[in-house]
Amino acid sequence: MKNYDIVIIGGGPAGLAAAVSAYDNGVKSILILERDECLGGILNQCIHNGFGLTRFKESMTGPEYAYKFIEEVQKRGIEVSLNTTVLSLTKDKVVTAINSQEGVTLIKAKAVILAMGCRERSRGALNVAGARVAGIYSAGTAQKYVNVKGYLPGKDVVILGSGDIGLIMARRMTLEGAKVHAVCEIMPHSSGLKRNIVQCLNDFDIPLYLSHTITRIDGDKRVTGVEISAVDSDKKPIKGSEKYIKCDTVLFSVGLIPENELSKEAGIRLSPKTKGAEVYQNRETDVSGIFACGNVLQVHDLVDFVSEESELAGKSASEYVLNGEAEKNAINCIAGANLSYVLPQRIDKNAGGSVTLFFRTSGVFKNCKITVQDGQKTLLEIKKRVAVPGEMERVNLTEDKIKSIVGELTVGLEEGV
Amino acid sequence: MKKISLTCVECPLGCDITVELDGERVVSVAGNTCPRGEKYAKAEVVCPKRVLTTTVRLENGKMLPVKTNQPIEKSLTFNAMQRVSKVTVASPIKIGDVIVKDLYEGIDLVACANSD
Repeated sequence: MKNYDIVIIGGGPAGLAAAVSAYDNGVKSILILERDECLGGILNQCIHNGFGLTRFKESMTGPEYAYKFIEEVQKRGIEVSLNTTVLSLTKDKVVTAINSQEGVTLIKAKAVILAMGCRERSRGALNVAGARVAGIYSAGTAQKYVNVKGYLPGKDVVILGSGDIGLIMARRMTLEGAKVHAVCEIMPHSSGLKRNIVQCLNDFDIPLYLSHTITRIDGDKRVTGVEISAVDSDKKPIKGSEKYIKCDTVLFSVGLIPENELSKEAGIRLSPKTKGAEVYQNRETDVSGIFACGNVLQVHDLVDFVSEESELAGKSASEYVLNGEAEKNAINCIAGANLSYVLPQRIDKNAGGSVTLFFRTSGVFKNCKITVQDGQKTLLEIKKRVAVPGEMERVNLTEDKIKSIVGELTVGLEEGV
Repeated sequence: MKKISLTCVECPLGCDITVELDGERVVSVAGNTCPRGEKYAKAEVVCPKRVLTTTVRLENGKMLPVKTNQPIEKSLTFNAMQRVSKVTVASPIKIGDVIVKDLYEGIDLVACANSD
């Protein structure tokens, strides 16, 4: 069995930032396990720009953003195992990994950082009716084909879902010579960033059908067309609104789900809302010494925020290794009215320092108020002009406020103020 | 006087910007959060420009991500794609290397990653 102070599962943006931060906070025995042939994770196929504006104040492409962190990892001589898949993780922090050089290896870690990222929701998760034929891809798969493999997976395209990856792929396929006939979004608003509606759809006159979905996919061996329909306020297709579009390719861009198979096996408690681990403010899970960060914990809007969260997890893991397990005095942090979740789910009052609470609203709200309450007592109120589910919100609670908490913390949103 | 509504694409905030135009002259810009937004809006109403990001093929068959090192006129997008699609480069390439010098006057196509 090999021994390391910190083992990081995943070499994407989360794993890289966590590794650099753990190293800089004093732990040198670190191993990053990455199942792909190179570091950088999903950023390698995100060749569009717009990354890094928050963190580096410049607009970078995905590979450029990744390279900033890969360089830092290399400078520090942090050990990396590529082409290595983690098969299991136990509560005692024993990682079983496999690759073609060493076969199956057991690795014992003092602390583990989960940085496995997320996966796309698939057609199967939506139960779209029709033929099960070639030409149906998730947007991310199409992105890998075009940007990494250099292969255009279709010429006449319909995209279901207006998430950012779908919008980015609408533009990318268009640039490469495909015709994108429609982007259908079941909600009355797009789930993608406004800038992507402008520069990916409007720039190329690609129609966006809001409150529409695909009601049937036709084809024999390959997709030949789709039927799209308008939906009512319950998202049920409206009879008579059907419209037929001939196409050879359908892309699904219908959301991301944290990839937590390993976490489940290790007995880590997951949140039914985020589908990621429940964590303390230092990003430690309910299993002592196992931390989580990035999209495996909560699906972020921007990679800049993944890096920020992962640096926190890396620092926390190094403190755990250097100082040992600290005794906690935990209180629950709950999502109240109009919020879909709050993270961290638990706050350790012994930890000291301020705590930033991250959350998403459950709908679109205008002129509203975010409230943080300790039982009946209001600790904080922040007015907001607009809050939308597509944008993660945050509020900061000072150390004094944290220390004053006696009950449970509830974060909520009040309408019409 | 003409009023034009825009959504800024400079960053993920996506500010709704209103530009007042007197002929070709920008009279006012409102709704932006930062100076980038003002710059974007002024350029967008006269001559919209975008950074083009795409790939070129390496001689070993793999793809290399590339971008224009400055925004190019939006109307040139497909012309640029056509020209870039004919480019093949040999390894090794370092991030930032110029792949096509003066793709358009003073604007180069540069590598966004190392080739290996």
